[in-house]
Amino acid sequence: MFIVKNKRTFISISAILVLLSVVALFVFPLRIGIDFNGGALTEVVYTNSRPPQADLEGALKALNFGSVLIQPTGELGYIIKSSDLNEAQHNLLLKTLSEDGKSVLEEKSFNSIGPSVGRELTRKAIMAIIFVSLGIILFIAFAFRKVSRPVSSWKYGLMAVISLLHDVIIPIGIFSILSHFYGAEVDTLFVVAALTILGLSVSDTIVIFDRIRENLRGKTEANFSDTVGKSLDQSYLRSIFTSLTVIMVLLSLFFFGPESTKYFALMLCAGMFFGTYSSIFLASPLLVLIEEWQKKK
Amino acid sequence: MLKKLISILIVFILGGVVAFFVFKSEPKLNPNFENQSSFFKNFPFRLGLDLSGGSHLIYKADVSGVKAGEVSTSMDALRDVIERRVNLFGVSEPIVQVQNSGFISGADEKLIVDLPGVTDVEKATTMIGQTPLLEFKTEAPAGTPQKATVGKDGKVTLDTGPQFVDTELTGRYLKKATLEFDQTTSEPKVSLQFDDTGTKLFAQITKDNVGKMVAIYLDGAPISAPVVREEIPNGQAVISGNFTPTEGKQLVGRLNSGALPVPISLLSRQTIGATLGSDAVAAGVKAAIIGFLVIALFFVLWYRLPGLIAVLALCIYITAMLTLFKLLPVTLTAAGIAGFIISIGIAVDANILIFERLKEELRSGHTISEAVSLGFHRAWSSIRDSNISSIISAIILFWFGTPLIKGFALTLGIGVLVSMFSAIMISRIFLSGFVFIGENKVARFLFSSGFSK
Repeated sequence: MFIVKNKRTFISISAILVLLSVVALFVFPLRIGIDFNGGALTEVVYTNSRPPQADLEGALKALNFGSVLIQPTGELGYIIKSSDLNEAQHNLLLKTLSEDGKSVLEEKSFNSIGPSVGRELTRKAIMAIIFVSLGIILFIAFAFRKVSRPVSSWKYGLMAVISLLHDVIIPIGIFSILSHFYGAEVDTLFVVAALTILGLSVSDTIVIFDRIRENLRGKTEANFSDTVGKSLDQSYLRSIFTSLTVIMVLLSLFFFGPESTKYFALMLCAGMFFGTYSSIFLASPLLVLIEEWQKKK
Repeated sequence: MLKKLISILIVFILGGVVAFFVFKSEPKLNPNFENQSSFFKNFPFRLGLDLSGGSHLIYKADVSGVKAGEVSTSMDALRDVIERRVNLFGVSEPIVQVQNSGFISGADEKLIVDLPGVTDVEKATTMIGQTPLLEFKTEAPAGTPQKATVGKDGKVTLDTGPQFVDTELTGRYLKKATLEFDQTTSEPKVSLQFDDTGTKLFAQITKDNVGKMVAIYLDGAPISAPVVREEIPNGQAVISGNFTPTEGKQLVGRLNSGALPVPISLLSRQTIGATLGSDAVAAGVKAAIIGFLVIALFFVLWYRLPGLIAVLALCIYITAMLTLFKLLPVTLTAAGIAGFIISIGIAVDANILIFERLKEELRSGHTISEAVSLGFHRAWSSIRDSNISSIISAIILFWFGTPLIKGFALTLGIGVLVSMFSAIMISRIFLSGFVFIGENKVARFLFSSGFSK
């Protein structure tokens, strides 16, 4: 009951968080990675000691590859970002990095993506975003087709979609801050994370809406807001726990897992957290708010 | 009761069999792996390039010269040729795929080549891109003006090009090339066998040019120009040039793999060093184990007996998934492992929904056995609905995905499906079996959860 009584406070918190995320997106625009923009990423690690960054920067400038960014990684490594390189340019780059063989190095990874492949991936990502969103919305419409009193079923769907947007926008806002301070870039996994949040966080909302549906049918409470309040009391714990187990494995993935999926895990974690928050403190209170408005009319 | 015990026994036996299979077929777990029968050796985990190390190349095929209706045939032919060339290279399990143009994938016809274990891409790309062009040319008719040019340094160069003219006979009509050694000089030579059209063409050329030279050009350069003694009707020719046995062998390989039906150009390439890959595998396994342990601890502490059963079901789920990865097989990438780890967290969601419901039913005065069956029954609709949304995302991601996304979508999707089975079926069978412990305080404590007594 506590949640339904203080619904305006909780809805405001969500609204502020979403607003802050949007502001963060404008202040710290997302960095688009080479997956979508095209370009090359070379990671090398030196066997003995790495040459000073300034020396390499000077030598790389002389190659005239356009803008080349070099940043240290680990104890002995560098990551070099440049425009996409062909085989000859790539060899020249390695030769320069090894200072003509003076510094022994091992190339850990090299990734060169032509602009047309980047464009293709962008198109695919956009299509996937559209289709996943459509799929989820259709599913929500289907799942709630039978509940219609006193709030019609499409409004349940709408609330679920609003809370979904909330669940995706906040992690993206967090990512944009990470992007600014730690150089995280938008890559394929970022898109996958955003789409997976859509799939995972809607399930929490559904668990609670499912309870409301059941209690409405049983007609146990006098009015709609009490029914929602009771449903929340009955199901908030399991909603938190189902997300908690996923957050547990995600944290494990973040702290102990492979380097390449760290930001992915972090973003999903944020998505799960705010997904649970929104299903308990946003979606259901919004339903009550809507019902109250309906009554006033 | 007996029926329930038998079901429990069956689950245990099946679980044991899959666990045994995973253990036996995994070299890191099985100390006697080398001595195992080949059956167990045939099912390793298949690792993606980002974990095994290797190269991922994307080529664009220039099909502008191909008629609209024949694009897909020539792309298939291109794939076959590249596949043969890659196999020559001695790569284990290379993958060569055609990606046709389309609304989603863009306007270009593309060829995707995965070379596990190959990090020297320069060598690989030359190998793949090289088009051995074999031509047969005949002497130009007498009187064709020969071009002589005087270079800047005063040297006179005679252009031998016009000395020979093209014939219709090219490497296209080659049936087979083999490496042979001259019996007297033991010099390597390449013997050619033409197909039917080629045989006819070759017979015609030799017939018309008795006493004259026929030049054999490889990649635009003459490699030998033997004088024809008589008509050769059987479609056999021999190239003897100054090549070493290795060069001869390479030439044979390249001639046999054929020319590229359409020109290709490299669009993008990705190389991952082997150490980076194995570090990622180790980290992924560690994250999975720690994630599992944390969840197991949480379940046993919070849900007690049902929690323990859920952990047991989760163990069976994990071994079943690992077996599926081996049998299907699923190519595991870092993202795929992430998908699997997330699926461990999702797999127990159904158990949480069921156990919370069970607790509720116990509180509302039902007996343990009633509560168990009601708990499963009433939680079903929310389990189904909450899993469907994850499956929708997984299917669409798989549909659109690049290999990286596919790996994730596949492990997550399979995981959600298998977990519905493991969390519901397996834990139900176990829990119903435990109902016989009766209706006393201890039993109610064991079936309750949280901070309740």
